[in-house]
Amino acid sequence: MKLNLAEWGNKLHSGEKTYPIVAQRKRWFIVSGVLVALSLVALFTKGLNAGIDFVGGTEFRVTETSITEPAEAQAVIEELAPDATARVTILGDNDVRIQIGVVDIETGREITSALAEAYDVPEDQVSFTQIGPTWGASVGKAAVQSLIVFLVLVGIVMSLYFRAWRMAVAALVALAHDLIITVGVYALIGFEVTPASVIGFLTILGYSLYDTVVVFDKIRENTQHLTSQHRYTYDELANLGLNQTLVRSINTSVVALLPVSAILFIGSFLLGAGTLKDISLALFVGMAVGTYSSIFVATPVEVALRDYEPKIVEHTRQVLALRASGETDVAISDTGDVRVGAVNRGSHQGAAAQPKRKKRKA
Amino acid sequence: MARVKNEARRALTWLGAIIVVLYGTLALGVVFGNASWTPNLALDLAGGREIVLAPVLADGAEQTIDQADLDQAVDIIRRRIDASGVAEAEISTQGQNIVVALPGNPSEETVDLVRQSAQLQFRPVLVSGSPLPTTTSDASASATPEPSASPSADETAEPAGSATPEPSASASADAATPAEGTDPSSLEWITEDVQAKYDALDCTAAENLSGVTPGDPALADVACDQDGLAKYIMGPVEMDGTDVATATSGPEYNSAGTLTGRYEVRLELTNDGAKKFADTTGRIKDFESPRDQFAMVLDGVVISAPAVSTTITGGQASITGNFTQESAEQLANQLKFGALPMTLEVQSEQQISATLGADQLQKGLIAGAIGLLLVVIYSLIQYRALGFVTVGSLVIAGAITYGLIALLSWVIGYRLSLAGVAGLIVAIGVTADSFIVYFERVRDELREGRSLQAAIDHGWRRARRTILASDAINVLAAVVLYLLAVGGVRGFAFTLGLTTLVDVLVVFLFTHPILMLMGKRPFFARGHKWSGLDPRQLGRDTMYKGRGRIVTGQPTLAERKAAAAGIVAPAAAATATDTDDDARPEGEETR
Repeated sequence: MKLNLAEWGNKLHSGEKTYPIVAQRKRWFIVSGVLVALSLVALFTKGLNAGIDFVGGTEFRVTETSITEPAEAQAVIEELAPDATARVTILGDNDVRIQIGVVDIETGREITSALAEAYDVPEDQVSFTQIGPTWGASVGKAAVQSLIVFLVLVGIVMSLYFRAWRMAVAALVALAHDLIITVGVYALIGFEVTPASVIGFLTILGYSLYDTVVVFDKIRENTQHLTSQHRYTYDELANLGLNQTLVRSINTSVVALLPVSAILFIGSFLLGAGTLKDISLALFVGMAVGTYSSIFVATPVEVALRDYEPKIVEHTRQVLALRASGETDVAISDTGDVRVGAVNRGSHQGAAAQPKRKKRKA
Repeated sequence: MARVKNEARRALTWLGAIIVVLYGTLALGVVFGNASWTPNLALDLAGGREIVLAPVLADGAEQTIDQADLDQAVDIIRRRIDASGVAEAEISTQGQNIVVALPGNPSEETVDLVRQSAQLQFRPVLVSGSPLPTTTSDASASATPEPSASPSADETAEPAGSATPEPSASASADAATPAEGTDPSSLEWITEDVQAKYDALDCTAAENLSGVTPGDPALADVACDQDGLAKYIMGPVEMDGTDVATATSGPEYNSAGTLTGRYEVRLELTNDGAKKFADTTGRIKDFESPRDQFAMVLDGVVISAPAVSTTITGGQASITGNFTQESAEQLANQLKFGALPMTLEVQSEQQISATLGADQLQKGLIAGAIGLLLVVIYSLIQYRALGFVTVGSLVIAGAITYGLIALLSWVIGYRLSLAGVAGLIVAIGVTADSFIVYFERVRDELREGRSLQAAIDHGWRRARRTILASDAINVLAAVVLYLLAVGGVRGFAFTLGLTTLVDVLVVFLFTHPILMLMGKRPFFARGHKWSGLDPRQLGRDTMYKGRGRIVTGQPTLAERKAAAAGIVAPAAAATATDTDDDARPEGEETR
């Protein structure tokens, strides 16, 4: 498998094998467009399943009890807080989680004691969280605020780094794409959104950009001397860069996803709901979408934007005219595809690049 | 090539120095300070209670809550918690909120202490004395305290600025205090109960220096000085926080308008307050010490007890004494805080049992170990011997991160939360990513036909940019998250930002130097097939040769010569291959 991936990488790098992702960008735009539309529909019709941290409420968690019967908790809640509807979940092997609406602090304390008694554990094994509705709203507001500030800052940083606003725009489009689809998945499946999930969402932003920066760096390198050559168009060179970084994108994504999957596995199967599961679930979904978008969304969008630039339009026209006249020296396959190779001229690598003579020839 | 070795060695020396300094500082902290080898754990891992309080102003209040008021509230809560004997409580502000973290399973009384609001009261001083409890209770003697024991009259209150003292209706004082028709300064307030309480009061004990529930406002009360230097018996409350408009502090001017070099606290009262204050000061100004003092009591502790020599009208008073700039500011802040009609409202309350915390920490660590193992296995499969560089870099990064977190939990009181642990685990992937970006870059350069040395050199220069850019974005994300978000998000942002910085450090000072050194080893330089840098696997036999031509598996001139020689003398060629290093890739023109 290793050898195959390496060989595949070699072919992608040399341009022997190319996936026409940029050329087929309309197809990917449609795929992404449909996914985004579905996500938005899910978001606005089903909405997010906000956790008690955002809407306010009370959660109790009995740890290490031998009695894992929801009925016990139901009885306690019915007695002490008759107005509240309790959602009781059994987590892992021996934890019980009870969620009810907002109750006052004194009632909360009574329930804690009653639960400890009902589940036959000492009172200090009952954890509880009480969130006032205003606090929840402020947590949500803070999350949205940091999202906006981050997006603005990233836009500035990316523009400065690439010195090209189109790349910044494309990166932000990819970012929005990832965020919307991830949130859409949450809405569609109905995963609970907690502050920990929000942490996950926000981290996705950083990660998605990380991937995109790697790809854009290569594209920029390939197109540095674009106008000094007339063999390849901008589209073709961008596509080459994309293909050349494909192996890298896959490797970085797999490596980033491995620890996240580990947390997700442990968090879901051993711990049940909680911070670990919430963070890793959001990250898992987001990173998967992020890898997709850095390949199929970011670069195609960037190329689409670039194609409106007069300089690029003119250059593309010249390249195609040259090809039509048959005077170009690019390799064109039987099927009519242009074989795109490295565009940077070779240079003398210095004495260091020369092979060393170790022994005298026998 | 000595340059490469020197450069690499210098970088590795720096790295070694950083690690030694890091752990050295930590060791010093452990031996001489109160640092520990393990990081402090936040409540969700250690168990405990977290209460988030928001200050809420009463309806119609004109004041606003500023940072000084919040700090004052935090200070008061801290004093109360300390006094209740709960160790290692953590009280901090986050935006407009106050977050109180109490370890273990605190009693309900302790929790109530946090929520109770602080009151500011003005009471006339009846008796003051030494802070220690009096063993022999002598009712008659206590009415006339020895002057020597009175530490009081070092602060005086006088009309501020232009407010001219006019001898106003001080006679009305009696009428204005209807409480049982008795003058608040009357020694009749000292009942036996009050006297007993006063005698027993020990102001050197911490619990009496804060969070004391104030007594009945209509009766006399006893209280300690906030520094535990004196104790007082005071008459009924004559004014409270609502009578204070604001308080400020600044350098003191004398009547000629020149600086005296000392500091003063200026108290501004409301119209109602001004009237009450005029009455009080008019009444007590002629009493002998200490009955010419009025005590300002905040949260059950006397924060100041200046003596009065004139009637103060106009609602502007200036408190002078041995203030430093800081102590004047502190008193002004305390008074201003006392004037705020503010209550603390519980926004969220969370109790994590110690067993749940320990369980989560354990499972989190298991998840981290599994994640690390998976990354190690994957990079060994993908990069073979080069994978060990990844593993080594991750180990170094882990060691530095652990040391930093342990050090930070000592120096700035950082506490590792579950979200922080998640950040660390996620960082494994992000850190390994930067190695992959680098390795793939080197491989790209090899594919383009460079020798390993040149490929490392060239690949590094290009990968460096990419790594720095992506790390910069990660740090940016972490900083934004840390500054804007609340609660658990901060713990995550902190570790994510920290590990990203460590990542940069490790890539520059470990991964790259090690690769430079390894590039000199024959195992890698000749591209052994297990080295992960085998040019043959990287397709150097299918190379782009320029001008649109691709050379696929076409033997080089040297190979053709060798092949020709092989036909002539196959035996000789065989011996040559045998004596050769195994690492020599076939088809490479190494000789």
